[in-house]
Amino acid sequence: MAAAKTVKKKKWSLSQRRAMKGFIFIAPWLIGFLWFYARSLFMTVQFSFSELTVRPGGGYDLRFVWLDNFIYAFRAHASYKQVLTTSLGNMLVDVPLITFFSLFMAMLLNRKFKGRTLVRAIFFLPVILNSDAVVDAMNLARSMMSGGISSASAEMAAAASSGMSIEYYIQMFSSLGLPEVIIEYVSGAVGRISEIINASGVQIIIFIAALQSIPGSMYEVAKIEGATAYETFWKVTFPMVMPHIITNVVYTVVDSFTKSEVIELAYDTAFTVQNYGLSSVFSLVSTVITCLILVLVCGIIQKRTFYYN
Amino acid sequence: MNKQKTVPLVNSIRASVQSMKEDTQFANDRLRWIGNIKSLVMSLFRLAIILGICYVILGPVIGIVSSSFFSDADRANPMVYLIPREPTLYRYELAVTYLDYWKTMGASLLYSLTLMLLQVVVCSMVGYGFARFDFPLKKILFGCVVVMIVIPTNTVMLPMYMTFSQFDVLGIISLIKGGPVNILSSPIPMYILTLFGCGLRSGLYIYIFNQFFRGLPKEIEEAAFVDGAGTWYTYFRIMLVNALPSVVTVAIFSMVWQYNDTFYARLFLISDDIIISKKIASIEANISNVEKIMDPTILELFLDAGIVLIMLPIIIIYVLLQKQFIEGVERSGIVG
Repeated sequence: MAAAKTVKKKKWSLSQRRAMKGFIFIAPWLIGFLWFYARSLFMTVQFSFSELTVRPGGGYDLRFVWLDNFIYAFRAHASYKQVLTTSLGNMLVDVPLITFFSLFMAMLLNRKFKGRTLVRAIFFLPVILNSDAVVDAMNLARSMMSGGISSASAEMAAAASSGMSIEYYIQMFSSLGLPEVIIEYVSGAVGRISEIINASGVQIIIFIAALQSIPGSMYEVAKIEGATAYETFWKVTFPMVMPHIITNVVYTVVDSFTKSEVIELAYDTAFTVQNYGLSSVFSLVSTVITCLILVLVCGIIQKRTFYYN
Repeated sequence: MNKQKTVPLVNSIRASVQSMKEDTQFANDRLRWIGNIKSLVMSLFRLAIILGICYVILGPVIGIVSSSFFSDADRANPMVYLIPREPTLYRYELAVTYLDYWKTMGASLLYSLTLMLLQVVVCSMVGYGFARFDFPLKKILFGCVVVMIVIPTNTVMLPMYMTFSQFDVLGIISLIKGGPVNILSSPIPMYILTLFGCGLRSGLYIYIFNQFFRGLPKEIEEAAFVDGAGTWYTYFRIMLVNALPSVVTVAIFSMVWQYNDTFYARLFLISDDIIISKKIASIEANISNVEKIMDPTILELFLDAGIVLIMLPIIIIYVLLQKQFIEGVERSGIVG
């Protein structure tokens, strides 16, 4: 009896026992992932290739229709293609803007100055107040604040009397020979400044943490070698925060995708129109495209990334 | 004549300039002056940008708070801006009644607090498992965690809905009840998902804990092991205590995001009486129907009051814990 016990005990080496314990630690997630997540992903793919009819008593029937849903989405659906392209376009415009804006703000906030904690707390506020209702109300309040009929007319009057308006500046820059694309991009960014600020709370914090992890001796060396602030930024700061740029790009892409109109459309198609197959196609296609963008962008950045450790 | 007079003057100026140039003290002073002015200009520039951005963020909040005190007359008066002339608490009275504020808020906080506790326990366990144990397929499994972060939940919303509308665990429930049960329109699906590490942004929390545990020195655990502590004791009493910054971060994130979440609440048809962020959406319509207030600009004021009421607990938590929170975010593994 005792001998058998020792034999049984010896069967598991220490590393095997550790592995077992590891599995126990991750067991809840593993079960959940397989049960809900992986299965749901599979079901989404399955739905997108079938026509789904809900049985009155509960449950559903699937009829395999091959690519019909995809063909319908791209050939016949009234708005899907347009919504998809605008969402993707917005994403591609927003990601570099948010990334650079948050890097810039992080560098600004990383300096020591009075009231730094307060300012940081304010910058992080949009992350905390991100519920739909609050965001809608805030947008309304913002439009009352900066736009509104009274202030808009006041602005127009001021612009007319001084002969200056936004168009005037745009005209000025384009006559300076700047390419139109850049001017439009920048003026568009200025117009959406509040959205950009609200979408970059987490990214700013990530960059602040990244900046703080850069060893101070690097800056000392740069200073001794006579580098200007500009050179220091491009030769020291930028390469050191490069790995975190990937993190931020991934976060921003996923975040902007989650908030995009495609998701709204998919939700409405499923629960208002009750075309479940089509809804699955909508989510599936945009997910695949997002993943491709992520892989592509990460691949490009990774090639240029310098890993300090 | 003139030239003769100017020559010694020029010479003397030259000499003094020369002496100035040689005078390193002066040169240093000048450099320092330029540096001072430069840094002054820079800090003014920084101040301007920071003030502007703070205004962009805080402006709407201030606007909402101030207009929630507006009376009807204030709203109609174009001269009134931000500071109401006849402040009233009427908006809050009605908003509290129509939101059934104390009850709904209590239920809402209970819901998000319990889910937060589950998140912290489950995700920290899983993160610890990934950080400290070696087991087969570990890399692929961790890849699955990243997939969970990257692929939005919206992709799997429909199957999730289907799963919970006919919920069954390996046929056990069918045996007892004679068929799968519909557990939608209750918070149970959310608890089940969170318990199994698939709740709202669980992937992110697992990632944060994993990064943090990996950063802790292994010697702590070895010492505990040598002293005879078991795995579970080590985890709960030693590692979790050391991981306090990331626990605080995850706790606040999950609490606040859960409280704000309307996506899952809508998907699982969870009752408005449990989720106050969802209930606020109908407040304008309700007040308009019952109180016969038809002016949308006035109805907005009630919405503003309601928004202030639902923001209040978050703001209080944030103000109390913001220092630990931001430090926690910076120190915990979010950065990777």
